Amino acid sequence: KVIELPVRAPLTHLLPKGVGPRPTVKTTRTEALNYFTDIATIRRMEVSCDNLYKAKFIRGFLHLYDGQEGVCVGMEGALTREDMLITAYRCHGNQYMRERSVPKIIAELMGRKTGSSKGKGGSMHLYDVPNNFFGGNGIVGAQAPVGTGLALALQYQGKKNCAITMFGDGAANQGQIFEAQNMAKLWKLPCIYVCENNRYGMGTSVERSSQNVNYYTRGDQIPGMKVWGVDVYTVREAVRFAKEWAINEGPIILEFETYRFHGHSMSDPGTSYRTKEEVSAMRDSSDPLENLRKTILDNKLATEDELSKIEKDARVLVDEAIKFAQESPEPELSALKADIVKRPEEVPHPRGPDMKNDPL
Amino acid sequence: RNMTVRDALTSAMDEELARDPRVFLMGEEVGRYNGAYKVSRGLWDKYGDRRIRDTPITEAGFAGIGVGAAMGGCVPIVEFMTWNFSMQAIDHVVNSAAKLRYMTGGTGSVPVVFRGPNGPAAGVAAQHSQCFAAWYGSVPGLKVLVPWSSEDARGLLKAAIRDDNPVVFLENELLYGEEFFVSDAALDKNFVLPIGKAKIEREGTDVTIVTFSRMVGTSLKAAEELASKHGVNAEVINLRSVRPLDVKTIKDSVAKTSRLVTVEEGWPHYGVGSEIIASITESEAFDYLDANPERITGADIPMPYAKNLEAAALPQIKDIVNAVLRTTFRS
Repeated sequence: KVIELPVRAPLTHLLPKGVGPRPTVKTTRTEALNYFTDIATIRRMEVSCDNLYKAKFIRGFLHLYDGQEGVCVGMEGALTREDMLITAYRCHGNQYMRERSVPKIIAELMGRKTGSSKGKGGSMHLYDVPNNFFGGNGIVGAQAPVGTGLALALQYQGKKNCAITMFGDGAANQGQIFEAQNMAKLWKLPCIYVCENNRYGMGTSVERSSQNVNYYTRGDQIPGMKVWGVDVYTVREAVRFAKEWAINEGPIILEFETYRFHGHSMSDPGTSYRTKEEVSAMRDSSDPLENLRKTILDNKLATEDELSKIEKDARVLVDEAIKFAQESPEPELSALKADIVKRPEEVPHPRGPDMKNDPL
Repeated sequence: RNMTVRDALTSAMDEELARDPRVFLMGEEVGRYNGAYKVSRGLWDKYGDRRIRDTPITEAGFAGIGVGAAMGGCVPIVEFMTWNFSMQAIDHVVNSAAKLRYMTGGTGSVPVVFRGPNGPAAGVAAQHSQCFAAWYGSVPGLKVLVPWSSEDARGLLKAAIRDDNPVVFLENELLYGEEFFVSDAALDKNFVLPIGKAKIEREGTDVTIVTFSRMVGTSLKAAEELASKHGVNAEVINLRSVRPLDVKTIKDSVAKTSRLVTVEEGWPHYGVGSEIIASITESEAFDYLDANPERITGADIPMPYAKNLEAAALPQIKDIVNAVLRTTFRS
């Protein structure tokens, strides 16, 4: 059975009157439960990673996505795998939505050979190249020109797809975003710039970092929309419209209002620059999981018990993924020198730390 | 027949554009202006806006766009008007391009060529006179090519465009107008040179001079002077590639000559010569050395503008001759 749901209207910049996302979308019980499953799975994965980090199974930098799941789940509802995607280092949710494998993600975070990048990328470098997800970029803002290049490739190849280039409110002040958007507009590239505004670049609030906090207006002559990023249907409808616009008219900026429940990374408790009251108010008002639960229950698409069952299943799935990762071996030492260049037989074997006594 | 290095580069790009529809050229002034140094002359007339793409002055932006387009299935040639401006974009060369294959566990590739004039030109002072061979040569995941002659330019650029890996292609402005003999074989549209193989430009028995780019010419002149005035028969190796580095050819030469001099225009600290001499002295070839290896390099200073100071900052024939005379105990 198809039902109709209202979505929140965006604030718009330079879009012609009457052009934009529709005020309502259609959905079904199956679709709604799929979205709920995805959000619950990512949520559980992220919360479990927090524990795995504290238990020292995950090393280095770890940036968790819980609170922002509405964006990646809603976006993919309007995209195909032929639409290219690139994001920054907070990339677990996007990877899950493309690769569909919690075990491979957790194995990657734990540095195992069964991981998405064979244990050589880690949390910030998740990719699913066969499904056109290009990371996972650890350099703030660098993904903006690269994603614009993906859009150029699509246009060059005459494909009717778009490239989504995601960045945060912190990266929005990087000069190369302006550089990339300038060329995207000049060349009418099918690029959707997605600014995930979670209000803080590390510990610096948008007001403290940006002279113009309306990120959707910062493309100058590029149109933009400010979209509530908590509701998957609102996100999906905005991206559906933006994809059509990008392919026919050129670049567009989507600013998604969202919030990260965790600190910036594992070294950040996330409390020195924002109050506990703010975090708990945002958890109450802007949790994509609770928002979708309410939508489903209000529209009688499923019962509370059914949703609890989905969350329990997600827990089991993630627990099994952790077990899989923990039981997976570390990469073989031979992987150390593999996959540096394509056709490695044409170049000398890379040196190790001790080239006179190199076991490889 | 004779051909300038500029024409060699233009013809190489022209042939590869014609051969492979995935190839396109982008950069500042590469199209209607015909290239700031005219290396892309005529290509826009022939191929149009889609494949010869003028960019705004925005290195970080278009270098990153080139990397993204390569990830997305194109084969972009990204021209830096000069490599000095690549400093604005070095993050994309190193972090976005060179490391991608490794970070993806071997699933991603970036078949991009970054090219443009490198090293000191004439009278352009500190910010426009710098050699990037050592900088980019140190990065795993890159191939770094350093052509000298027109055959080098043609064969290496075509090889670079056909390579599936990110390639840094360091040309030299002062060589663009120089003519070299080009064989019939090198004029063939399928002529490519192997990446990572050095060329012995002059065979000799008394000393090995290892060099690249414009300094190959200077070293050959030094070798002539050494032969005519000092009776020293120098072997001159043109590296053609600084990464991969053809250590074997250098070792074999040193085994023959027992003496080694490196010549480059870049700075001495952590330079190409440093790497070559370290590689040789660490290896079994050390046993063949009868004298300390020597480095001739650009002076360890920002490049001055005044003509006499500029000359004093760069390797001259006499510097190479003197170094060889020291290592061969003639002085």
